[in-house]
Amino acid sequence: MTPPPAGAVRPPTVAELYRGFFHAGARGFGGVLPWARRMLVDERRWLTAAEFTDLFSLCNFLPGPNTINMTIIVGARFQGPRGSLAALAGILTLPVVAVLALALLHDRFGQLPGIDAFLRGLGAAAGGLVLATGLRMAVPLGRTPRVLAFLLVTFAAIALRRWPLVPVLLALAPASVLVAWLRRA
Amino acid sequence: MSILVTLAVRFMSLSLLAVGGVVTVVPEIHRLAVDVHQWVTDARFTQLFVIAQAAPGPNMLLVTLVGWHAAGLPGALVATAAMCAPSCTLSYFVARAWDRFRGARWRRAVEAGLAPITVGLVLATGWLVARGAQDSGWAASGITAVVAGLVVFTRVHPLWLFAAAGTLGLLGVV
Repeated sequence: MTPPPAGAVRPPTVAELYRGFFHAGARGFGGVLPWARRMLVDERRWLTAAEFTDLFSLCNFLPGPNTINMTIIVGARFQGPRGSLAALAGILTLPVVAVLALALLHDRFGQLPGIDAFLRGLGAAAGGLVLATGLRMAVPLGRTPRVLAFLLVTFAAIALRRWPLVPVLLALAPASVLVAWLRRA
Repeated sequence: MSILVTLAVRFMSLSLLAVGGVVTVVPEIHRLAVDVHQWVTDARFTQLFVIAQAAPGPNMLLVTLVGWHAAGLPGALVATAAMCAPSCTLSYFVARAWDRFRGARWRRAVEAGLAPITVGLVLATGWLVARGAQDSGWAASGITAVVAGLVVFTRVHPLWLFAAAGTLGLLGVV
């Protein structure tokens, strides 16, 4: 990683990393990413917009929870392993407590009339939102035979056939990367 | 094998398989939690997905809730930590090397090759989450389709759609 550019604000301390990501996590309804960007680029100016975009493409490439990976990388960049742990703890503290509290509330009050029906409505909408996200992600990929074939086979294997992820990924990922490699030769 | 060990092993392997984020392994979490280990029912899984989305924070909180259902608070903490540890360790070391390979041909091939698979997995997640809400027939499918259409073709904020869908649920439509 490159060091922060000259003229940037001084690097955040371990405690500041914890607090910064604590706030991003606490505000992150519907995903932390927009809030993390606001915190890192606009409010605290720990990263420039271009640095954030680079970071984002790296986090998309890495496996695992994207925003969690981002906390690790940003923390490491400024304060090494301790920075990573502080940023990770920061982004998880409040959300983990909040989601467990919500689940407990649902356990206690879920039998009340209406709650289940309300959540069923939300579930149908949540499925639609995720489908829409997938469709939007599909657009910039283009409609080449390679893209369509691997997209549809993945969907059919996982959603319709309900096959386990590991063998499906082991078969499809190397094949797709290989075809992409040959196409660009 | 105790449940905590099962949770740790399962989610640690999922951590490194989640190409494109946790949303891509939701179908696999569904398979493990509903079909293989029977920690939760199909309908409960969709409820947990909704609760995880309703809470602030990263969208991996579904993992926390599945762990909690399987083994209480220790399960929640073990599942959360297991989902983070391998990919965080990898991120820590890969971040140092990544910039050197900007524009490298293998890096572009890997990105282009993984992209359609990631999208296929995201669509599979949407499919399974929607299915968990469909017990009551075509009305729920209608909500799913309308929400998907509005999000793709308009700029309406998803929270309004969620409020409307929840209200339709309360009114007994789904």
